[in-house]
Amino acid sequence: MAYLLNTEDQQQKMLESIGADSVADLFRGIPDAVRVEGLLRLPPALTEMELEAEVAERAAENVSAARVCFLGGGAYDHFVPAVVDEIAGRGEFYTAYTPYQPEASQGSLQAFFEYQTLICQLTGMEVANASLYEGGTAVSEAAFMAMRVTNRHTKVAVLGSVHPEYRQVLETYTGNLDCEVVTIPTPDGTCDLNRAAEALDERTACLIVQHPNFFGCLEDAAKLTQIAHEVGALSVVSFDPISLGVLKNPGSYGADIAVAEGQPLGIPLQYGGPYLGVLASKKDFVRKMPGRIVSEARDREGRACYVLGLQTREQHIRREKATSNICTNQGLLALRATVYLSLLGPQGLREAAELCCRKAHFAAEQLSSSDEFDLMFDRPFFKEFALRCRGGAAAARDRARASGFDVGPELSRFSSMGSAFTDEALLVAVTEQRTREEIDELASVFNVP
Amino acid sequence: MDPNTLKFATSHEWVHLDDGTATVGISDFAVRELTDLVYIELPEVGRTVSIGDSFGEVESVKAVSDLYAPVAGEIVEVNEALRNDLSPLSDDAFGAGWIAKIKTDNSSETSELMDYNAYQKFCESEKG
Amino acid sequence: MRNKLATQSLFELSAAGRRATTFPESDVGAGPLDELLPAEQLAESPPPLPELSEPTVVRHFVNLSTLNMSVDTHFYPLGSCTMKYNPKRHERLARFGGIGDLHPYAHPEDSQGMLAVLYDLQEMLAEIAGLPAVSLHPAAGAQGELTALLVAAAWFRDRGEERTKVLFPSSAHGTNPASAALAGFKTVQLNKSAGGLVDFDELVSQVDDSTAVFMITNPNTLGIFEKEIVRISQLLHDHGALVYIDGANMNANVGITRPGDFGGDMMHYNVHKTFTGPHGAGGPGAGPIAVRDFLADYLPAPVVQKTGEGYELATPSRSIGRMRSFFGNVGILLRGYFYLRTLGASGLKDVAEQAVLNANYLKAKLADVLPVPDGEWCLHEFVASAKRVKDERGITAMDIAKRLLDYGFHAPTVYFPLVVPEAMMIEPTETESMETLDCFAKAIRTIVTEDPEFLHSAPHTTPISRPDEVAAGRNPVFRWTPACDS
Repeated sequence: MAYLLNTEDQQQKMLESIGADSVADLFRGIPDAVRVEGLLRLPPALTEMELEAEVAERAAENVSAARVCFLGGGAYDHFVPAVVDEIAGRGEFYTAYTPYQPEASQGSLQAFFEYQTLICQLTGMEVANASLYEGGTAVSEAAFMAMRVTNRHTKVAVLGSVHPEYRQVLETYTGNLDCEVVTIPTPDGTCDLNRAAEALDERTACLIVQHPNFFGCLEDAAKLTQIAHEVGALSVVSFDPISLGVLKNPGSYGADIAVAEGQPLGIPLQYGGPYLGVLASKKDFVRKMPGRIVSEARDREGRACYVLGLQTREQHIRREKATSNICTNQGLLALRATVYLSLLGPQGLREAAELCCRKAHFAAEQLSSSDEFDLMFDRPFFKEFALRCRGGAAAARDRARASGFDVGPELSRFSSMGSAFTDEALLVAVTEQRTREEIDELASVFNVP
Repeated sequence: MDPNTLKFATSHEWVHLDDGTATVGISDFAVRELTDLVYIELPEVGRTVSIGDSFGEVESVKAVSDLYAPVAGEIVEVNEALRNDLSPLSDDAFGAGWIAKIKTDNSSETSELMDYNAYQKFCESEKG
Repeated sequence: MRNKLATQSLFELSAAGRRATTFPESDVGAGPLDELLPAEQLAESPPPLPELSEPTVVRHFVNLSTLNMSVDTHFYPLGSCTMKYNPKRHERLARFGGIGDLHPYAHPEDSQGMLAVLYDLQEMLAEIAGLPAVSLHPAAGAQGELTALLVAAAWFRDRGEERTKVLFPSSAHGTNPASAALAGFKTVQLNKSAGGLVDFDELVSQVDDSTAVFMITNPNTLGIFEKEIVRISQLLHDHGALVYIDGANMNANVGITRPGDFGGDMMHYNVHKTFTGPHGAGGPGAGPIAVRDFLADYLPAPVVQKTGEGYELATPSRSIGRMRSFFGNVGILLRGYFYLRTLGASGLKDVAEQAVLNANYLKAKLADVLPVPDGEWCLHEFVASAKRVKDERGITAMDIAKRLLDYGFHAPTVYFPLVVPEAMMIEPTETESMETLDCFAKAIRTIVTEDPEFLHSAPHTTPISRPDEVAAGRNPVFRWTPACDS
């Protein structure tokens, strides 16, 4: 087998030096009664060549990937510059472990320190951690963090326009705890401020807002933040990192914790993960933060260097009292985001954001001129919008598929999550990668001249 | 302060009672065990605590330890100087290293606490 | 040779007007943005990110990468982390068109190849675990633990049982108590050790009708198989409780013994340990769980099911819900799939055998300088103690660990588990040669004879020396600011 190194001779020598008769002897401590007899029933071993042929065959069955992608709902087909793959493909980065030995990990530690800084610059927040699993768990972690900061453990409020899967995660995470999750309905596509104010009280740890929200619409995140603060709750804002090329950042309107799905920052779609959970907050809350954080330090010679900081918050030291159970984070994806933001810079990010926004508006205009569609919500949106399909969302999606386009998701997929999630509702996402020609062709499928 | 005038909890807090006001800190032994301290989280003035409530934290590079209230009452003052300089905790644990003052209305509630002699024996047994 | 110019921070390398990535002009018009979005929502200027050219970015990160130790460059015997070789073929296959670029909301009919692969992976992981129902959903091992504990809680709730306690030995990974607390359970730690194993009498004294789950790593963090595991599981089952197997150490078990066969009701895998998902300097991982049939209906959504002609995503009938958005950490799961398809059953057994052979060889080579207090032979890893060299020469486990870096070896895990004084937890893995192990042993044998003062200030050849963590802890700095330059 390709990955084993010791020859038969060597194995014999090793056994002699151990004082064992055979390799099987070394497993003596495992009672016979619980040993596997013979071999497990697994598919036969393949050579690299055979495996590649088989995987290629499977890959070809995933015809969605060959279509023009207008799919959204939290994962997007943004452009990934070659340098991102090249750097993330360096074995020195991707085959290293968590940088617990700073002397042997300055490369990763500095990259994560730069990541934290870039996230602060992007969000206008004061401190960022070195990543969480993905956007959904980041929302739940932010809610728990808010509970610790406010010392309110029995209630969190979330807008109905937050990604339905993020809300499901929050419900699962709090499922066995004495914590009420109050959902504020958003039947009109965005939150009614009065409704938000009514739902909050002095028991509420935080108000969770997604902006732009799941339907693509802009929330009044600044006012919602004020409303949360009026009852002493924290404002948790889940943002789209690309949108901050043009939109005001969460720090500017006083959000306490900003979280995001970082997938748009140079991370391939790969059927849902691994992605990147972004979490940033006000500096005063840093000791209540989940996950790893890199801190600047000095070595014995006084040279600037980087270490894992505030480790006493974490499970390996604090165990049941840790700020989270998270251990493994998304280091390699944080590296991708770092390289991506370095390459785009302020102007590149603005260009990407503007292109998404303009093309999405062009697509919305084209598609809504079809007799088959209306825009569901008369609200400002960024790069994604919801259509009401007269003949049903599934049928519209199927027509698009048959013509080489993938559009969606259909909101009926989340039918239990609110009144907006009807059989007629279909999301359309438009990134900077879509061309006018592609949008026109998609519209022509639905009889737009 | 002379440690012989203090009372000690098994969680290593010391108390000095003076006319209904309890001054609270942590023992020199506890500070040594934690090694180099890097941070303290002080309680909010005005908060009411019961015996055994966690009212703050001390943190070293290797560990965090909760501070448990050795008496019940209202926090009336905290040692603000510790926010910027933790050295009194190790240099003068029973004096300048005090952490909080708790206004207590029941002076008999220290009966569960140890005197210095008993506390020193307790620490010996912890080490062993 | 370190290039200090290139490894300045990105922010120091920035110069106004530089840039790398540009985008095409808009082909749909370029009117004022405030005609599309409300002016009050728009930022006055884009975020103050650094401005860099492409060659600068490349040179910066390539130079940073050279400051790391990694499995590709060094022996990395980090106990409990299973730092084995990460096959390059996996990296290429995971990027294939149709795989790396598949959207999570692709229509199931248009992603049959992916679903087939994931279904096959579920089946293989069920077989290796000896537990029939698998969820690939959890993002990492710790999330697998939390998922399984929530599954257990839901199952007990449905049975009308109120069980509040989760038990674990003191040698458990910190994630065990942290996950139990997050799942709403009271945590109870067993503190005694019987020759490195769970003290059965202590367990008996703690198990009662309020016990929900006992979490145990097997082989445990000392690299020793809990030989009473069947009796332990029976005890828990007699009390109506469940047994959770932390799969961090599955590298010793694969093809040899199965958690389902030794009494486990639930377990997680660390695909990034046992099945070669690269660690990525901290992640990503993937933490699939396997459970007994009666828990299958509670698994999180989605799971992959076989239909008449193909595959579909399904939500189990009593599902606890979702633990994260989308399907799972598919990129890492796929690497596990590629690995298992490369090895087959016989190759998988070889992995466990060679990992155990390597660990015992190294243990024997070090026995006289770094004795192992517990167990005769170990499995995939062992925990040696530097107590004697500390007592005799004042050399600590940390000193040895740091000095090893100078010899070109990554350090073992030190000071864990706490049950062994001056612990050095060494896991060589199966993808190392006898020659490497010999050199490593020789390095340690040399180090323990070196001048203690010299060791206290080790390492001496790494890009930095030991950082002052106390000063960093007192005045932590989490982001670059212009003042950092000074």
